[in-house]
Formats: sequence, structure tokens, C-alpha cells
Amino acid sequence: MKRRNLLASAAMGLMMATGAFAQGMDHVKACFVYVGPIGDGGWTFQHHQGALAVQEKFGDKVEIQYQESVPEGADAERVLTQMALGGCNIIFTTSFGYMDATNAVAAKFPDVKFEHATGFKRDTPNVSTYNARFYEGRAVEGLIAGRMTKSNKIGYIGSFPIPEVVMGINSYYLAAKKVNPDVQLSVVWAFTWFDPAKEADAAKALIDQGVDVIASHTDSTAVLAEAAKTEGKVIGFGQASDMAEYKPSPRVSSVIDNWGPYYIERVGALLDGTYQQADIWAGIKGGEVLIGEITEAVPPEVKAEAEKLRDDIAAGTVHPFTGPLKKQDGSDWLADGATAPDGDLLGMNFFVEGIVGDIPQ
Amino acid sequence: MDFGGINPIILIATLMASAVPILLAALGETVVERSGVLNLGVEGMMIIGALGGFVVAVATGSPFLGFVGGAVAGAALSLIFALLTQVFLANQVATGLALTLFGLGVSSLGGQGYNGIKPPRTGPLLPDALADLPVVGPILFGHDWVVYFSIAMTAVLWWVLKASRVGLIIRAVGESHEAAHALGYKVNRIRLMCIAFGGAMAGMGGAYVSLARVPQWVDGITNGQGWIALAIVVFASWRPWRVMIGAYLFGGITVLQLNLQAAGSQFPVWLLPTLALLALAGDIILREINGKNYSDLRKVFYFFATVNALQLLYLSWGKWIPMPVDYLSMSPYLITILVLVIMSAGRRGTANGAPASLGQNFHASR
Repeated sequence: MKRRNLLASAAMGLMMATGAFAQGMDHVKACFVYVGPIGDGGWTFQHHQGALAVQEKFGDKVEIQYQESVPEGADAERVLTQMALGGCNIIFTTSFGYMDATNAVAAKFPDVKFEHATGFKRDTPNVSTYNARFYEGRAVEGLIAGRMTKSNKIGYIGSFPIPEVVMGINSYYLAAKKVNPDVQLSVVWAFTWFDPAKEADAAKALIDQGVDVIASHTDSTAVLAEAAKTEGKVIGFGQASDMAEYKPSPRVSSVIDNWGPYYIERVGALLDGTYQQADIWAGIKGGEVLIGEITEAVPPEVKAEAEKLRDDIAAGTVHPFTGPLKKQDGSDWLADGATAPDGDLLGMNFFVEGIVGDIPQ
Repeated sequence: MDFGGINPIILIATLMASAVPILLAALGETVVERSGVLNLGVEGMMIIGALGGFVVAVATGSPFLGFVGGAVAGAALSLIFALLTQVFLANQVATGLALTLFGLGVSSLGGQGYNGIKPPRTGPLLPDALADLPVVGPILFGHDWVVYFSIAMTAVLWWVLKASRVGLIIRAVGESHEAAHALGYKVNRIRLMCIAFGGAMAGMGGAYVSLARVPQWVDGITNGQGWIALAIVVFASWRPWRVMIGAYLFGGITVLQLNLQAAGSQFPVWLLPTLALLALAGDIILREINGKNYSDLRKVFYFFATVNALQLLYLSWGKWIPMPVDYLSMSPYLITILVLVIMSAGRRGTANGAPASLGQNFHASR
């Protein structure tokens, strides 16, 4: 009898809990998992700005919890499990490498919502993915790089050979090539998201090779610090964050990740009960990707050209990947006038024609 | 002068600078471990030094004072370790690990508000005219003072540990603290000073990261270099010159692999058998000079090694292959360990050169 009572009340409790979702919640605990320290001045810093924006918007109704420098892999699973057990209602995992951990833990906690940044796996209904079309910003950077380089050598510091990074490299190169057919691109893989000394070494290696415009896909400001040592000979871009402290040169522009609006929308949806599984991929148009101010180190006509490209991409009249395009091995990819379908971009594991070097497998 | 798109002169000049943090920290740890103390908190002391150096340099505007500040900060943190292990006799391994965690946390807290500030520049020590000389200019004269300091410290520590009275006392304490105590040396006091010295060196290494190599402050800026330094000390069998070889190898191959990528360069396969032949020849010449004998096993080994190397050289002559980036990026770790292990192998009797009392606490009452 007693046991039956217990089961019944447990069932009641579950029904109430699931019912509560449909009706919205009074209080949400939103948790964030960061791959680097908040003080990186780049990727993680911007995610944390988004988290702070959520707190500011909802005040007492939302409690924020976060953990910094969580390694990608088994450790992430432990952290996620702890967060889920610790009463988090929604957990944002903010790096590609958390993909499997996120889905594994999500399967165990069906009542907790998981939001995975830059991934593509949604194994259970409580996993959503969100991303930004950074490659749109890369195209603007590429145009500036193609116009600004004097040595016709431009560089790109890649973190890991994942589609996210590869599509940024391709977009950067295509835009540069379009305005400067002689441009050559050197790619260096750092195999880290955050290691200031190594990022600086990678930038130094590129500079030693005669590269004078460097874009990077790593998280810290070390690349710009290294470029700053050349006293104006080498320029670069703010990555993920504006990195305004390196204005006006070497930082001549930047691609800013603006996560705040998305985080507010998702936590808000959880509060008012309209939350649904989603797969968001917005770009310059949706405001998730911002182009930081183009400084006076760039001539006015180049600046105007770059801003026009930005506006055209936002208006949808220009797509950074527009045919005719060939892959690096010479095979056809896009026909004349065709634009790349999202599926191709999200699984991108090839360089476009003209880029030298292989993608590590 | 180019080699597969890479200028070896610039490469050597770059690696000398990029190895400084690891070299300084590893030299400090060498002294600490030679005195019988295992301080695993190098990473923590480095990052505290990185922050301390940065803060002082920004506040005073003097990069030199910054390095002093970094050394003081590192030494101060190491004194916590010294207090716990030498006075309260806490476990050295656990205390060292805790010191790293503590250093990382404190630096993250103390570094709030220092993001995005540029420190005063640490420029080259010598006039540009010297640095512009061909070949020797960039390698010998183009550096800031800390690079010269790190090389000088290697020589000084080698001499101190090998030939001076102080070094003898440090080694005595590290090999047998009870015997040293019986001779009247204050074991814990000597160890405390060694720990503080190690802390100062690690702190200075950290300051080099935040002031010269990546002139900025971000959380976690040293990112594991302290652990590399610790590993190098062991693989270098606690000898300063080998520590320097290890640090330069690690720094050099890190820089080289990034340069290889940037140059889109390919790897000269024929270089490997050539290097093997050169190593063999060098070994034989050294043995002839020293008048050493050859065992039968060694003769057989030499014979087959030479034949194989010549065969490989014939097959690979003039061949360049594209290097997979994955192998390139793990190569600094692999090659450094491999070379140092090979160097330490073959010396029988002295074991691996570890101080006999390493990691053991001492109290006079025992």
C-alpha cells in the first residue's frame, strides 16, 4: 500500500514536472560550459557576455551557473552530469568538441534542455544546436586581406580541422582571391583553441614566411599581439570578440560573435513555455555575426567595398560560396551561379581550388 | 639561404626566444630536485610570475622591474610550498599539485582588469647594427636580455652544481639528507632556499611569456608549459646543459613544425638516414679519440646500422614527402623525449641520475 502510494505520488510529481514545462517556468537555472577561460578576450568571453545578457534581461527569474576551461572529452561529460544533477534547466555547451558528451548526458536527463554550439547532432528531443554563419564575416575579412596585402601572402591560423574552421578558411580565401588573383594562402594548424604562446608562435611562423595579413580561428588575442610587434607591417582581425585594444592596427576589423539575443530568446522560451527543439544557424542578417569597425588603417575605398559586401551578404544578394567553384583536387563543386547548400557547408572537409596544403584527417 | 622554404637562421633565432620560459623554469626545477625536493607546482609558479611580472611592468613602465616582479611573485608562491613541505612535512606531490591549482586560480582572480592592456616592450639588448649582421646577427645579437640571461644561467648552474661548494652541499642534501644532516648542514633551510630559487626562476619564465613572447595578459597564459619543464628536467637527467638541449629541442621543433606548415613545405626524407649516418660517424670518432673499446655487440650494431642507413639513403635520396600535420604537431613531444631518453640510456650504474632523496621529507628528529 505504502509502496503504491509512493509510486503514485512519484508519478504525480513527474506529471506535474512535465506539465510545468508546457506551462512555462517561474525560475530557470541556465548553465554554461566554456572551453577556455572567460578572460581569453575572444570566444569564451563572448559566450559569457551572452550569459550576462540573459541575467540582465530576466533578473531574479534566472540563475546563471558556468564552468570555465572544461576540456573537450570525458571530463565534459562529468561536468554536464554534475550540472544536470545540480538543478540546471538548460545547459549551453559552447564548443564543437562537447558534441558527444552533450548528447550522451542529454539522453540520461530528458527533462533538462541542452543547447550545443556549432554541432550537428541532436540525438534526443531535448538537444538543440545553434551556430552562427561566421564564414560570412570571413568573406569580409578575406576581401580586406586581398586588398591590403603587399606580399600577396595571406595567412590563416586554424584550430582544429573541423567543418566550421575549414569553411572559414575557404570563405576567406575565395573573397581574397576575387579581389586579388595573385593572393596565396598559408594555413597553419595550431591544434588548440586556446594556447596564447602557441598561437603567437604560429603567427610568428606566418610572419617569418612573408605573410602580412593574418586571420585566426583560435580564441585568444595572442595573434594580434604578435602582429603588433611588427609595428604596422602585419595586420590581422579580431576573432570572436572585437579585440578593440589592438585598434587601429594590427586589428583592422573583426568578426564578433553576438550570442546574447539567442540566449535570451531560448531562456525566455523556457520561461514562458514556448521552448522547442531547434537548429539555428543565423549570420550577419540575424545579428549573430557582427563585423567590428573597420579602422583607418584601411583605405576608405577598401572600407567602403568591405562594408558593401557585408550589407550585400546581410541582404542575401551575395553568398560567399557562389559557383562556379571547384574543389582543391579539381573536381566540380558548384555550378555557375549556384550557391552552397547548408549541408555541404556543415560537412565541409575539403579546400577549394587554389589553396595549397592538405587538411589533416 | 632557404631550406624547403624555411630560413634556418630566422628559425634558430625564433626558437631561442620561444624556449626561454621552459628553459628558465626547468633550470629552477633542476636545482630544486637536485636538493631532493619534488615541486610539481611549476605551472602554478609560472603563471603567478606571468601575472606578477605583467602587473609590475604595467605599473612601473619598466619591463626589467617586471621580470624582477615575476621572480618575486614566483618565489613568494614557492615559499608556501616550502612552508608546507619543509616545516609541516606535508606530502610534496600533493602540495605541488595543489600549488599549481592555487596559482592558476589566484592568477585568474588577480588578473581581472588586466585583459587588453599592453605591457612596456622588452626590446633587443644590443644595437640594431649588430643584429643586422648576416647569419650571426639574428642568432647571436638580436635577442632581448632574458635570452642571454637564460643561457648564462645554464652555464652558471652547471658550474655551481658541478664544481662549487654550494653545489656540493645541494647535491649532498639531495642524495642523502641524513648524511648531510649528520655533517651539520641545515637540510630544510638549504632546501627552502632551493625552492625559493626554483620559484623565482619559474616566475621569471612565466613573466617572459606575458611580457615578451605574448605581450599581454590572458587567463591561463602559460597553458601547460610548466608541465613540459617538469618533464624536461627528468628526461634531461637533472643536468643543466641537457635541460637546455631539451628546452631548445622542444621549442625548436614546435617552431619548426609551425614554419613547415606555414611554408606549405615538405619533409626531406633523405635527411633522416643522413642524420643517422652522421650520428654514427660522430660516435665512432668520439670513441677513437677517447680510446674506448668496441664490444662485439656494438660492432654488429654499427655494421647493420650503417648498411641500413646507406640503403635507406639510396632509396630516399632527393625525396620530399608532404608531412601530415597531425604528425608534425605531436613531433615536439615525441622527438624531445626520444632524444633525451637516448642520451640518458646506456649509462649504467648511475641509474637515471635521480637524486636519491628526491621527494622525501626530512625532519631532524628522525
